Amino acid sequence: MALTLFRGIQTRPLLPYSYAFSARKHVIFCSMQSTQAETSMRTKQQAPSNFTETARAKAVEKVLKDYEAIIGIETHVQLATTTKAFCSCAYSYGSQPNSCVCPVCMGLPGALPVLNSKVIKCAVMLGLALNCELSLSSKFDRKQYFYPDLPKGYQISQFDVPIATNGFIDVDLPLEFGGGHRRFGITRVHMEEDAGKLLHTGSGSYSQVDLNRAGVPLIEIVSEPDMRTGIEAAEYAAELQRVVRYLGVSNGNMQEGSLRCDVNVSIRPIGQLEFGTKVEIKNLNSFSAMSRAIDFEIARQAELYNQGQADEIVQETRLWEEGGQKTVTMRKKEGLADYRYFPEPDLPEVVLTEEYVNGIRDSLPELPEMKRRRYEEMGLTMQDVLFLANDVNVAEFFDATIAKVPDIKLAANWIMGDIAAYMKNEKLSINEIKLSPQELSELIASIKSGTISGKIGKEILLELMEKGGTVKGLIEEKDLVQIVDPVEIEKIIDKVIANNPKQLEQYRGGKTKLQGFFAGQVMKESKGKANPGLVNKILIEKLNAKS
Amino acid sequence: MLSSVQNPRTLLLHCRRSKPLHHHYHHRHYAKPIHATPLSHPISASLPTSQIQTIQKSILSREKTTRQFAEEFLNRLRLTEPHVKSFLHVSETVLDEADEIDRKIDRNEDVGPLAGVLVAVKDNICTADMPSTAGSKILENYRPPFDATAVKKLKESGAIIVGKTNLDEFGMGSTTEGSAYQVTANPWNLECVPGGSSGGSAAAVSARQCVVSLGSDTGGSVRQPASFCGVVGLKPTYGRVSRYGLVAYASSLDVIGCFGSSVADAGILLQSICGHDKLDATSSKREVNDFTSQFISKDYFESQPLKGLRVGVISETLGDGVDQEVVSSIRGAVSHLEELGCTVTEVSLPSFSLGLPAYYVLASSESSSNLSRYDGVRYGNQMVSDELSSLYGGSRANGFGPEVKRRILMGTYALSAGYYDAYYKRAQQVRTLVQKSFKAALDSHDILISPAAPSAAYKIGEKKNDPLAMYAGDIMTVNVNLAGLPALVLPCGFVKESSSSLPVGFQMIGAAFDEEKLLRVGHIFEQTLQGYSFIPPLIADEFKS
Repeated sequence: MALTLFRGIQTRPLLPYSYAFSARKHVIFCSMQSTQAETSMRTKQQAPSNFTETARAKAVEKVLKDYEAIIGIETHVQLATTTKAFCSCAYSYGSQPNSCVCPVCMGLPGALPVLNSKVIKCAVMLGLALNCELSLSSKFDRKQYFYPDLPKGYQISQFDVPIATNGFIDVDLPLEFGGGHRRFGITRVHMEEDAGKLLHTGSGSYSQVDLNRAGVPLIEIVSEPDMRTGIEAAEYAAELQRVVRYLGVSNGNMQEGSLRCDVNVSIRPIGQLEFGTKVEIKNLNSFSAMSRAIDFEIARQAELYNQGQADEIVQETRLWEEGGQKTVTMRKKEGLADYRYFPEPDLPEVVLTEEYVNGIRDSLPELPEMKRRRYEEMGLTMQDVLFLANDVNVAEFFDATIAKVPDIKLAANWIMGDIAAYMKNEKLSINEIKLSPQELSELIASIKSGTISGKIGKEILLELMEKGGTVKGLIEEKDLVQIVDPVEIEKIIDKVIANNPKQLEQYRGGKTKLQGFFAGQVMKESKGKANPGLVNKILIEKLNAKS
Repeated sequence: MLSSVQNPRTLLLHCRRSKPLHHHYHHRHYAKPIHATPLSHPISASLPTSQIQTIQKSILSREKTTRQFAEEFLNRLRLTEPHVKSFLHVSETVLDEADEIDRKIDRNEDVGPLAGVLVAVKDNICTADMPSTAGSKILENYRPPFDATAVKKLKESGAIIVGKTNLDEFGMGSTTEGSAYQVTANPWNLECVPGGSSGGSAAAVSARQCVVSLGSDTGGSVRQPASFCGVVGLKPTYGRVSRYGLVAYASSLDVIGCFGSSVADAGILLQSICGHDKLDATSSKREVNDFTSQFISKDYFESQPLKGLRVGVISETLGDGVDQEVVSSIRGAVSHLEELGCTVTEVSLPSFSLGLPAYYVLASSESSSNLSRYDGVRYGNQMVSDELSSLYGGSRANGFGPEVKRRILMGTYALSAGYYDAYYKRAQQVRTLVQKSFKAALDSHDILISPAAPSAAYKIGEKKNDPLAMYAGDIMTVNVNLAGLPALVLPCGFVKESSSSLPVGFQMIGAAFDEEKLLRVGHIFEQTLQGYSFIPPLIADEFKS
């Protein structure tokens, strides 16, 4: 069956922009090679020189004195459901081409879609998480256009009655960009299906169709044009990523295309009421690319305004070029495309009961905004709050740690300090390290109770992260329990003093700096287990005692 | 609000404009219980019996083998097919399958309610082991990787699929002349069309090339050919039978229907294919009653077996533009129903004439979308090209016939920005009106009666170049699809054509999911209608004994 898919076809887009062949082809090429392409891009991204970064920021800052930028974002989130939206095919990224297909998602004659109820559940979760009004009765529509990656010749989507509308999302901007709280409006949230992918041969003489992705469920989230800078836009998208990850509805992975953002940018002179002409930017594979592309676009449009060439800003789709750090024209719109939407007759209306919605509302997890506010109330600094709440796994780790030993500051410090450093060095996520939150709280408790010293705590932590095991087990195994018995410590000190008569003489002769030497010797003798406070206290008494 | 949609008369006028067949001739052929055989039929009138029940009884009692039945039908098929041309593909495994059933019977294994029954399947219904072209060149030699749910159920019931029948391309047409492959003839008069789009399935049952057959009905494609070919045609309620595997024409109207030479056969066939299917979200979860319990023997009928049944004759369907002989036949059927005890009144469905334009807008719109998938990329005929747009254009220009192109164009237009409200949306409003007026009529009547078509079968080629005349012929049936209701067409009389007679069927429309009542009334009607035989002259000799 799959073989029939590999018919040679020459790719030329048919509708609606039939002339922009090379540009369109380029885009598809990029998305299909996404893994490799994005890795190389990221390498480049990591080293944009400080000079350009600063220059760019300055340029935008200058522009924004005279102009206001209006930014809206359309985001596609690929849902992590076990099966596709309208058939029972399992889909996994990177599978052999055309190995996750069936008559339904291949659009064979006579095949019919049947809605996967998990898609509705995810859409309702997202709608609620984005503070939307839900349509208790919504429907699917067909969006019609021809392209080889669209097997039925139409995409099943939602047109005039989306499942959720009129919501908002709260964002805390990173401190390095000035910080601050923002609320951005969400226009609508709707369900639809993904298309397949075209694979172009190196020679360009023919193309192949991979329909694995066809029919994979997507949620499209359309924002209000509420963002004003590249950073705000990137943070909006990052917050969406956090929300979908907190909810567990998607892996939110931009590189794999599980989270795709198309951005609309226009500018207008400050004080002007009507909007300027908007430009759409595609091919944004990371939040930082999004931020830079928008800033570039704002500067480009402002430049045209300044030169009296505002009419050269036309409604078009531009492509972000990572290599050149600029946007270029991909296709110009000649009027609106007519997708001839009409209600999908193969699927019944989607009817939600209050009961169903309430059930989902009650089972929603704590969302990023709620978590941030809670951490803030716990007394953590905004820096700490953002660090801990940005990654759902880190937040969960933190929450689990403080559940047992509620020392918020200590837990935060360990996670943001030694643990974060280790994760960064080893390029591991918090779920990949061997340390469990239970052991971290055990470690904190052991240090607090004085069972082990902080120094030994650090050593154990490393071992726990690398090899796992329990704090108790390690302490026992390595005989690391701190010596807190003054008699025991006194014995060691006596031994050290007795072994170093010369140094004792010098000390008593006024060279009191040597106290450090004695302390070191004591720690060495006790294999680091002696309680440093007690050591110092007893040592001073002994050293200063008249013999 | 809808005054500007279309003048009620105009559509029927198209019908008149196009040379009426029987203008000069108003010979009445009432269907009367006591009446003698119509002129052209030398065969002794015998009541239709359930062939399915006969076969089942014979093979289970080992009176005859399945193979003997199969050979009988295949021989007739071989003899008649060169004239009728109802099949696009005939299975080569019929006798093997028959033998297999016989072996099962020998071993006393369960063989299913349709064991040994040769079923023909319209070629727009997918079969994994036979081509499924939907009568279109664009699907030439296409073999689906799966059986339609209806076909799967047939096989599970022990039926033998004898072959795939001819149709108007994708079900779009009323004559079966719209097939990309061949023209099917009406077994009653080989110069006439069998109707359409399920003309092949109707002709195959009429010529007894198979026991029963499956068709599909989007705007009358089962009922009109049933009327033209003198067989029973059953259009179930929308959602009663799974559409999975039915090549979509207009998804909100399409339904798989049944042909038989008796009401019982059509009912038994429906019984085996209906019910909810998890592969079709529009299939109904309603419980399915046992239709076959309706088919009691004539000997047990009371004197007025249908006493108290409220029958409404739709007044709009017997007026201008309807062949007078057809009207006479329907009136004959109505008086027969009265004799059976029914209370008959006329009922008006004011929105009736609006249905036709609304149907053509909606069906074309949906078809323009449903047929987008035939792009030559994944399957079907492909025009090799250097450019994507000419690959699409070439494959579709070459693969689709003129009627299909016409409907794609109409539908694309109706859905286009700026026209949607005036056409598609307006048509949906009409659809709601039609549904409401049927609902009201069926609240006060048990069944509604109308002709199945404004005329009997007409000559091949007669309306081929006049699409509007052909569309107008669907006036009697499209409303039922818009309302999603079940309807049963049964032969009830004849119209005299120069040298021969052509059968006429009448349509009984019931409430949604009440096929049971239609089958009960139909069965009693058929079993008490004396003096008519609906076996076409082509094979009459064989049935003379």
